[in-house]
Parts: sequence; structure tokens; C-alpha cells
Amino acid sequence: MRYIARKLGFYAVALWGALTVNFLLPRMLPGNPVDILVAKLSARGPVTDELRDSLELLLGGAPDQGILEQYWVYLVGIFTGNLGISITYYPVPVVEIIGQALPWTLVMIGIGTLLAFIVGVALGMLAGWKRGSWLDNLVPVTTMFQAVPYFWLALVLLYILSVGLGAFPVSGGYNYNVAQPGFTWDFVGTAIYHGTLPALTIVISSFGGWLLGMRNMMVSTLSEDYIVTAEAKGLRPMRIMTAYAARNAVLPSVAGFAISLGFVVSGSIVTEQVFSYPGIGSTLLQAVNNSDYALMQGLFLVITLAVLGANLIVDLLYGVIDPRTRANG
Amino acid sequence: MAHESSRTVDDAETASGDAAATVPTSGRTEKEIIFSDLEVPATASTNMALRKNSASPLTATFAAVRTNPPKKAPRWRSVLPPMTPKLATGLILIAAIVLFGVLGPVFLGNPRSIRDIGRTPPGGEFLLGTTQTGQDVLAQLAHATQGSLLIGLVVGVLALILSMIFGVIGSYVGGWLDESFSLFTNIMLVIPGLPLVIVISSYVEDKTIWVLAVVLAITSWAASARVLRSVTLSLRSRDYVAAARVSGEKSWRIIVVEILPNLIPVLASQFVLAIIAAILAEAGLSYLGLGASGTFTWGTMLFQAQNGFALTLGTWWWFVPPGILIAVLGGALSLVNFAIDEVVNPKLRTTTLRKDKKRLKKRLHTTTEGGVPV
Repeated sequence: MRYIARKLGFYAVALWGALTVNFLLPRMLPGNPVDILVAKLSARGPVTDELRDSLELLLGGAPDQGILEQYWVYLVGIFTGNLGISITYYPVPVVEIIGQALPWTLVMIGIGTLLAFIVGVALGMLAGWKRGSWLDNLVPVTTMFQAVPYFWLALVLLYILSVGLGAFPVSGGYNYNVAQPGFTWDFVGTAIYHGTLPALTIVISSFGGWLLGMRNMMVSTLSEDYIVTAEAKGLRPMRIMTAYAARNAVLPSVAGFAISLGFVVSGSIVTEQVFSYPGIGSTLLQAVNNSDYALMQGLFLVITLAVLGANLIVDLLYGVIDPRTRANG
Repeated sequence: MAHESSRTVDDAETASGDAAATVPTSGRTEKEIIFSDLEVPATASTNMALRKNSASPLTATFAAVRTNPPKKAPRWRSVLPPMTPKLATGLILIAAIVLFGVLGPVFLGNPRSIRDIGRTPPGGEFLLGTTQTGQDVLAQLAHATQGSLLIGLVVGVLALILSMIFGVIGSYVGGWLDESFSLFTNIMLVIPGLPLVIVISSYVEDKTIWVLAVVLAITSWAASARVLRSVTLSLRSRDYVAAARVSGEKSWRIIVVEILPNLIPVLASQFVLAIIAAILAEAGLSYLGLGASGTFTWGTMLFQAQNGFALTLGTWWWFVPPGILIAVLGGALSLVNFAIDEVVNPKLRTTTLRKDKKRLKKRLHTTTEGGVPV
């Protein structure tokens, strides 16, 4: 119980930190959102003072308010689900836009990441078990894959498989001609068809890391005394590998899974851009290109929340599968 | 680690006078083994980061056996990773890319000059072909290599300094400073980096390469700070650090003289990782069009290729080379990192089983204390 409370406490503090960063960034950095917007608008025509005032109100940066008052309004806004109004899709609320983009990213990246983890850990287990075998010698090659930038691999796969062979669609999340979003078989089919290549790039470029980590832990675990005992008892090798060695060796990988989620989200933002995938990443970029600060802040908040939430789940799970963490507090 | 600790024993012996010099060499070996055996329980922890640091008695034995007859083998050699084919490959690849980045821009022409021979395939006058506007891809690649290497190096150094401040100092001093540093590190670790960089860079107008480097460094030091913290925590409880403290050494001196030298392999490995991460992050950011303005990097090349419809027009020679260079450099750096890791943690050595047996046999013949576990 104390373990859970400690973890919840930490994530509460982390959440507060992220919220504060999100609040302070536009106020600390030199560029003023309103000025940037006015500069952009003035290219199209004269900007009146009234327009400028209304922009300031829209962006929540009322200059006559003190910074603490602004901070309070901001916090209250977040907990009541009010993230402001998007300029790009004026006058749609930011929450609504995020709600449309989030499922795409969650499903595609979630499946891709999980697959990469499972494939990597399974291969790492085998490579560590048979140290020096052909599979083990392939380990450096797979880490080479890891050094390849996500998005470049996506570009190359897109070029070969979609532009060249026509095996996969070039862009988008689903085919507008086949079906409209909804829970119909047609739609799910086209969504899977469009999501395969982006997910595949995530699997290819990230399973190498899991493989290496698992392999190294397997090698360390195999030299433990309880493995020798298990062998001496005459247990089948299969059982020693899975129930004795792998079960203990996988623990750091599970812990690493939480930390890696941040990187996965980062990598997939760029990947989404390559495939013009209608997820969080391409929406964030759209917001950046249109100087849509409310949308940008909202998206950053959601991404942070998602990563924090996933971390919390993994941490709690870790407490269940490894009792030592609970004992040490 | 083991080498460093045996160094301390060595020094203590020489300091204690000539009596130490007359001690038979086998006695010294035994002493070293006992010393390093004592250390193992302190480091053999469940933490993976700590494990990196754990020195097996094996290294001590090897070091001792190797240095016994000539006695004055250069000490620094034992700290360097042995020259394996993997390490050699990595170093050669890195050297080749660095040379290309340093010398290429001098000899190859202006990467911006436009010609009326757009999208010429590789070969002939332009080894890697030309872009949509007839710019020489090879010249662009050379300038981009320089830019990316510069970013990687600067961010690597900055991230290393930050992680040392938050990882080493905090955990050495302990108390509330350690608590708060550690909390801050953990928070920075869970806040996703690239979205933060994207948001920050969208607020900053006229980004130079230096601003970009600072932003990337601020968002990337946390992971290595955590590793450094756990290693330092195990180091500060060692006997020789306690001895230094008791003898009245100042804190900064203990950190610099007693702790930092033992952190060098870990620092080197973290530095290599930071460079890879920085180059990848910069490439991603520039590919999105948020990179430094007016500078060539591998990422900006990919961005321009994307904007020049390289994908749909089939101009593969424009976007393939930068990615290959990123991958090769990243792969080479991780090969070097493997070599460093194998120094820190001998268990990871990827010798084949056959070689292991051979070595075991050899060792049984050479040492009298054959009972050291593998």
C-alpha cells in the first residue's frame, strides 16, 4: 500500500511539474504568441487594435492579470476540461480536436510498441540462452536498425512498398471512399490496411533495443546459482529457459518499457508526419505551423498525460511482478 | 572499476614504504583478489544500472596475471577496452565520417549553387546526383555531416555536464539535495522529450544551431543522470571514499579525485549514447522543418528532399544518403559503446562458448587460485 501511495505521490508531482512547464513556456520564451499571430495576419491585411485585443483574450494572455492569477485560471481550466479554442479549426474547442486524433495514435502506436516489445524480448531470450549462436551474432545487426531514424526507415519503406510496389497506401489513416469512421467492418479493414506500414516501421526500428537488453540480462541471469540448481534437478531446458531464467531477466525490460514510452511517442510524431497519419503527431505539427498555441499546449498536455499514465500503470504492475520493489519502498 | 581499485591498493603499498616492494608478487595478487572480492557484494545489486558497474573478480585476476612479470605495464592501458574487431570497425567508421565532415566542405563546391540539371541520377560529374534545383547532393551531404556532427558533439558535452551535476553531485552530497535532484531527474525523464522540444522551438524565432543544441541538451540529460546517480551511490559507500573523507579531504576533491576516475567508463558510455540521441533528435526536428535556420544537417536535407517531392518523383539519391550516414554513425557509436560496456561488465563479452572453454583451460594452468567463478 505504501508503495502505491509513494508512486501516486510521485506522479502527482510529475504531473504538476509538466502542467507548470506547459504554463511557463509561452510566458518565459522570447516570442510572444500574439505578436507572432499579428505578424502573420498583417501579411494578409491591416490588423486593427480590436482584433489584437480579441486575440489576446483568445490566447488567455490577458496582460492586466497577474502571473499567479493567470496560473490559477489555467489550472482551473484544465481540470474542467477547458483547453481553449483552436485557431486552425476555429471555433472548434481544442478538446474536441484532440478527441478525434487520439484514438488513431493510441491504437497504431500501442499495437506497434507492444509487438516490438514481445518480439524483442522473445528473440533476446533465445539469443541469451544460446550465447554465441548465429542468433546471438545477429544482435549487432539489429542494433544497427535501432540507429536508423524512425522516420527515415518510414521514408524508405514508403518509397519501396507504397510508391514502388503499391502494396500499401501512400498516406492517410483510412480510405474515404470505402467507409466513414465508425465501428463497421469496412472501416476497421481500411484502418488496419492503412495502419500496417506505420506500425511496422515502429516494430522494425525499436525491437533491437529490447532484444539487446533482454539478451544481456539473460546472460547475467544464467550464471546465477538457482539456474545451476534447476539444471541439477534435471528440469527440461525449455522450463529452465522460460520459468527460471527469462522470468527473472525480463524485469528490467518491463521497467525500461515505461521509460521508453516517451521515446516511442517522440519517434512516432515524426513517423505520423511521413505517413500523413491523422494522429496526435501530425495535429501537433499542424498546430505548430499555424501558430495555434492553444492546440499546441493542449496536445503537449495530452501527450504528457498519456506517458505519465502509462508509466504509472507499468510501475504498479512492476510492484506486482517483482515483490522486492515493494519491500524496498 | 576493478583496475581502478587495484590502483588504489597499489598506491597505498608504494606509499607505505619499501617493505611493500619486497612482498612477493603472488602475495599482491592474493591481496588484490581479496580486495575486489570484498567489493562485489556492494555492487551486485538488482539494479541494472548498478550491474553495469559490478566488477567481477575475473578482471582483477586477469589484470594481476597480466601485469605480474613485467610489473611496469602502463596502467592506462588496462582501462582502455581491448581492441576487438567490433571496436575497430566502429572506430574506423567514425573516423571516416568525421573526416568526410571536416574535409568534405573544403574540397566540394558550394552546396547552394543552383544548376539547370535538376534531378540528375548519380554518376558522372556529380557522384551522388543532383537535387530538384540541380544542387550537388554530395556537397550538401558533406556540409550536412559537419552540421550534424557539431550538434551531436555540443549536445553530448552539454548533456554530460548536466547529468553530472544532477547525478553525481546530488547523490554524493545526499540528504534533501539528493532527494530533490533525484525527483527533478525523474520528472524530466517522464516528460516526453521531442514534443517538449517541438513546443519550445516553435516559440523561439531565428533558431541558430547553438540555441537548438541547448534545447536538445535540456531535454536529454535525465536518463544518464539516473545511471550516474546509481553508480555514484554505490561508489560513495566504498572504503577508500570513506577513508578520504575521514582524512579530511574536501568534498569537491573527493568527487574529482576519488569518484570521477571510477566513473569514466560509465561517463564514456553515456556520452556516446547522448551523441546518438542528439543526432537522431536533431534529424527528426529538422525533418519537421523546426531545425536551425540556414544550417545544413542530415535532418534539413531530408526536410528539403521531402519538400522537393523526392519520394513521389523517385529521387532516391537525395533522401537515402543522409539516412544511411545517420544509421552508420549510430551503429558505429553503438559498437564503441558495446566495447566500453564489456570493460565495465565482463559478463557481456560475446565470446563464443568454445572460446570460453579454451580460456578457462588456460586460466586453470596459469593461476593457482583456480576457484574463481566464471
